[in-house]
Parts: sequence; C-alpha cells; structure tokens
Amino acid sequence: MSETHSSLVAHQFDDGVQQKQATTLGMWVFLITEIMFFGGLILAYTVYRIKYPEEFHHASKHLDYVMGTVNTCILLCSSLTMAFAVHAAQEGKRKLTMIFIVVTMVLGAAFLGVKGWEYYTKYTDHLIPGPNYDLNHLWEGAGLLPKTQLFFSLYFAMTGLHAFHMLIGLGLMTWLFVKTKRGRFSKEYFNPVEVCGLYWHFVDIVWIFLFPLLYLVDRSH
Amino acid sequence: MEMDRTVVAEERPTIIDTVTGAIRENYLNANYGLKSWFLTVDHKRIAILYLISITLFFFLGGSFAVMIRLELITPQGDLVQAETYNKLFTMHGIVMVFFFLIPSIPAVLGNFLVPIMIGARDMAFPRLNLASWYIYVVGGLFTLGAMIAGGIDTGWTFYTPYSTSFSNTYVIATGLGIFVVGFSSILTGLNFIVTIHKMRAPGLTWFRLPLFIWSNYATSIIMVLGTPVIAVTILLVALERGLHIGIFDPALGGDPILFQHLFWFYSHPAVYIMILPAMGVISELVACFSRRRVFGYKFVAFASLGIAVIGFLVWGHHMFVSGQSSYAGMIFSFLSFIVAIPSAIKVFNWTATMYKGSISYDTPMLYVMGFIGLFTIGGLTGLFLACLGVDIHVHDTYFIVAHFHYIMVGGTIMAYLGGIHFWWPKITGRMYPEGWGKFSALLIFVGFNLTFFPQFLLGYLGMPRRYYAYPQEFQVLNVMSSAGASVLGVGYLLPLVYFLWSLRYGRIAGSNPWKATGLEWQTSSPPPTENFLATPVVTEEPYQYSPEETEAEYAMTKKENVNV
Repeated sequence: MSETHSSLVAHQFDDGVQQKQATTLGMWVFLITEIMFFGGLILAYTVYRIKYPEEFHHASKHLDYVMGTVNTCILLCSSLTMAFAVHAAQEGKRKLTMIFIVVTMVLGAAFLGVKGWEYYTKYTDHLIPGPNYDLNHLWEGAGLLPKTQLFFSLYFAMTGLHAFHMLIGLGLMTWLFVKTKRGRFSKEYFNPVEVCGLYWHFVDIVWIFLFPLLYLVDRSH
Repeated sequence: MEMDRTVVAEERPTIIDTVTGAIRENYLNANYGLKSWFLTVDHKRIAILYLISITLFFFLGGSFAVMIRLELITPQGDLVQAETYNKLFTMHGIVMVFFFLIPSIPAVLGNFLVPIMIGARDMAFPRLNLASWYIYVVGGLFTLGAMIAGGIDTGWTFYTPYSTSFSNTYVIATGLGIFVVGFSSILTGLNFIVTIHKMRAPGLTWFRLPLFIWSNYATSIIMVLGTPVIAVTILLVALERGLHIGIFDPALGGDPILFQHLFWFYSHPAVYIMILPAMGVISELVACFSRRRVFGYKFVAFASLGIAVIGFLVWGHHMFVSGQSSYAGMIFSFLSFIVAIPSAIKVFNWTATMYKGSISYDTPMLYVMGFIGLFTIGGLTGLFLACLGVDIHVHDTYFIVAHFHYIMVGGTIMAYLGGIHFWWPKITGRMYPEGWGKFSALLIFVGFNLTFFPQFLLGYLGMPRRYYAYPQEFQVLNVMSSAGASVLGVGYLLPLVYFLWSLRYGRIAGSNPWKATGLEWQTSSPPPTENFLATPVVTEEPYQYSPEETEAEYAMTKKENVNV
C-alpha cells in the first residue's frame, strides 16, 4: 500500500486528487454548519427588528458607521491578500505565500483592533447590556423606548461571535505560516492553504452581512 | 484538517491465514496498549470507544429512569422530593437524548460500518473522527460534573424563562456540556458526508449503496444543518442566564417563544437523527433474514432523504399550545402529516420485503419485527398528536411520553440492539449465545410494552407528565408500567452480560455467519486495520438474496439430517 502512495497523500486516500476533493468538500460542509450557526442569531435579530422597529432604529444610530466602514475595507483587503496567498501557494512560491499570509494576519489583527476600540467606546458610553446599560444620557428619547438594550445584546452577540471566528482564523494563519516556512507546501500539495482560505473568506462574508444589518439599515432618517 | 501523511502502515507480521479460521492480524490484535486505543485513527477502534462510552451513559440514564419508576409506584411522593424528581426526569432525558440516542447508531455502527460498506480504508478524516470522540467525552464529563455538583431541573427542553431566570440548578454547566457534545455530532456528520461522497470503491454507484449508507447520509445532513442551531441557542441561554442580556427575557423585551422555535428547529429533526439510522439497520436486517432484496430500494432510499428534508419543517407541532399563530399551527399540523408518508413507505416496504421471503427468526430478526410493530404504533400515535384538536387534549400528558418512547426506545434502541447482534460477529469475530439473545429480545419486547402501553392510557385519562405524585385512580396503570420497566431493565442487562461473555467464550464466527451480502461480509471477522487486503470492486446491486435458493438449501440439509 505504501509504495503506491506519495508521502503527501494520507493513508485513507487513493491519490492526491481524491484527497484534495475530500478536504475541500469537508470545508464546504463545515461552512454550511457555520451558516446555520450564525443563522440562529440573524433570525433572532430579524424577529426583534420587526418587533421593535423604533428601538432598533434609534439604537443603531449609536454605532460608529465610520469605524464599521473602515473595518469592512480592512476585511475585504484581507480577503484579497488571502486569495493572493492561495495563488502564490498554487504556483509553489514559498516566500510570496509567507508574505501574503503575514499581510492577511496584520489586516485581521487590525480589524480586531478597531473592533476592540469600538467595544471600548461602547463601554465608556454605558451601552454594554447589563446593570450599567444606560442610553438616556446619550439620547433623551430613550426613556420612552425601554427595549433598546436588545439591539446592543444582539450587536455584541453577533459581532462577538464573528470576532471569535477571526481569532480562530488568525490561529489557522499562524499554523499555515509555520507549515509554509518549513516547506510543507508545493505546486502539488497546497490544499491546506486553499481550505483555510475558504474559511477566511467565509468569515469575511459573515461580516459583509453583519455590517449593513447592524450599522446601516434604517439609519438615514 | 491536517493533510500530512503521518500514519505509515508498518511492516505487517506474517499473516496466518484464514480458511481454517486460525489467527490472522486484524484491527483488534494489530497493536496493544492504551496508547494504541486512545490515539487510534482507525474508525473501527473509534467505534469501540464510542460503544463503551455510550453504554456507560445508557445505564446511567437508565438508572435515573429506575428512580422515576420507583417513585411512581405509589400515588403520593415518598421516595424522593419534588425537586429531586424534577432533576431525575431532566437528567434522564438529557443523558438519553444527547449522550446515548443521538450518537448511538451513527457513532457506533455507522463509524464501524460506513467505510467498510463502501469499500474504503477509513473515514475521509480519521483524526477528526477521533477528535469527535474526545469532544464527546469532554461534553459528557462536563454534564456529569454538573450532575454530581447538584444536577439540573429544567426538563431536557431548557424552556425559558424558567431556565434563564428562575432555576437554581446547574443550567450553564449542563448547557455547555450539550454545546460541546453537539460538535462531536457535527464532526461525525461532516465525516460521513465527505466519506460517502468521495471514498466509495470502484463501481459502487449511489444506487448500489446499502440502505444503511443512505440513511446515515440523510442523518448526517440533519446533524450538519440542525446541530449548529441548538449550539447557538444554548449559547444564548447561557448568555441570558449569566449576563441577563434579555434575548429570551420578556421583562427586557425578549421572547421565550423564540427560544422554543430555535430549540425545536434542532430538537425535532434530532428525533430523525435517532430514527433514520435505525431505519437503515432495519433495511439491512430485514433483507438478510428474509433472504430477499429490499422491496422498492429506491423508494426506501429517497424516503430517508424525504424524512430529512420534511423533518426540518415540522418543529412547530411541539408548540401548538405555546401561543404561536394558529395559522402556523395549521401548516405545521399539515406538514407533520406529510412527514408520515416517507416513514409509512419504509414500513410498507419492509413488510413487502418479508412477504414470500424465507424468514428465519434469529435474534436480529426478532428485533426487526419488534421495531416494525413498535415504530408503527409510535408513528400512528404521532399522527394523533399532529392533529391540532387532539393535541390540545393530550399535550403534556403521559400520552406524549408513551408516544416518543415508542419511537425512541421501541424504535431506535430495538434497531440499535438488533444491529449490535447482527454485526457483533463482524466487530469481535465471535458469536453471541443465540438462545440468550432470543430470550432477552423477547423480554425487551414484553417489558417495553408493559412499561409504555399503560402510559398511553394514563395520558389519555389525563395524567400529566413531570409530576411526582398523582391521583389514586392512576395507580394500577402506574404499577403496571413500573413492573414492565423492571422486566425491560433485565432485558437490557442480559445482553451486556452475554456480549462480554462471548468475547472469550463465544463461537468463532467466520467472515460471514449470516450468509449476508454487502462488502462488510466479504472481509474477515474482525476485519484487518485497512478493512480489505485489496480494494474491492463492486459490480452488482445490493441485497442479491434469493429466497428460493435458501429454501432449496434448507430442504437439502433437512434431507441429509434425515438420512443420517
């Protein structure tokens, strides 16, 4: 059995093609589970936005859409550099792959930094749900709409879960970087870079949904 | 998702062959020691790890049931206090649902059989497979810890706002245990889907797959789509309970009905996670012991997928009296009737398979016939409950308890035990004692009906579930139920004893003791680590049985015996 196997193909697979197809399908199936995972939260968001349109309208005005836009740009750029990293790995360019992985990581970390800053301003503004929550000092109409806290509960749950996925992504990037540095990938075998790329793009796309839902919808008037 | 080749097949020692049944290398004796088990990536060994751990949880959950049935022998509460009783039925439900029934057939029989049945060396992701067992153990220890610390009393459904605002028990810890164990189920489902898509042997087209594979494939779809939703729901319950964020708290604008929707969006399909693999087992067994091809193979295969899809659209029938819109109730009622159709297709097709078959009544077949009868009762009473009007009368009574036990215990556990008996010679290389097998199958059937049929009557007469005391007039039926439970308990303990006995003293099975078709019977018992010495090539459809041939053979042996 071992003679017919390249050292890059795990024992359960017949050849590299089967291995590549299996791991790619595996990642896609995993991403489907992630859609369902975030889907539960997006459902809760939809239900409460319909139930409390006024509260959500006013509460969402207290999110910083400039920060949100900057973060969206950062994340889109990181997806681009991730795509470059996959391409470089495909061409067998080790150095270039490492560079793009590092750039992706820097952009990912920048996103988390901005997010952390936003969380900090929410803390100083007393907008974190719980006993210290208080919108009254920012907006005098808040007393008439007591359920605005729900918006921020959902905001923190959804963006928090997203940020957690970013952290996992950064972990994966570190792992890829080490493997690339050790020369484990080649033109023939770069599948891990590709499937981690799929994950990274997915986390990016989740943000592309969260950003308009939380920051943009219904805040113009 | 590591792709490096780390497992290198070592030089194999000389294999002493086989025709004589002498020692040859197999997955059990390939290497020894704790490390070779706890770090194994062999799907067969992982199946054994699951078998041992879910058996422990089964008897733990069973011991809670023993306490419940003891308490209910008398109308007044005397054995335990009301709070303890609440904890007992909660922990019985949680252990049985999340730690036994959901992993039972997929993680044990599925893990062992899926790669062999499709002619593969292993799962697509062997290390992920091992990880799923470890995740299961961690989730199990979490939940066990919470139970030892003081338990939980919310019912296995965790309904808010009781679970988030009022219960004084270990809701978060138990919830986290279930959250964790959910990922084990997701990984198993993911592994099955990829394995079945990408690892099939040459010639093994979709319509040549055994129906066990089809049903596990359908189950995996539910695991992958449903489990993440319960995960996020439990996460929200924990956040709500710990931080009071308001998502399910009416005082802060949250909606408890939303919790119920999210919970049942998983937990209804979860019933199909339990029953679909059981149906797969039944399809294999009924064909083998009737010596006939499964009647309407494609219908049975697509019925599995149909159940998986429609099963996602019926969750609202758990909420008819919750205050959801009555129009939603009507649609959920209608869809619940629809989902009965693919289930009925299966029952009719199994029956048609037996018709004009050459039926033998070995232990696995006894379980099959038990399953078909009990599942039919469970399914038909499910239709009573899908009726809006009837449901208002019997909801939250023992009628419900009896109904879902007919599906989960009468269905899933019967099929699980039937499957374990059927594949035991393949898993261990030894036969179990047939006489004891038949005897305990009979005990389980009688004990089961004596336990749960009276509960239909109790429920219809109005006895509510989840109370530790009840009016005097219900005592006779409750005593019957408790008596049945003790018979059932003996029925479950017997296989534990004789399976362990058979490991040492059982007759050597040979590679195909049932003369069954299917790739798993073409390799030796127990199979070698890589399952097949050469990759099999499949050239025909499954279940190539011939009842006429079997009858002719039977007549021959009878004649020979007379001549002797």
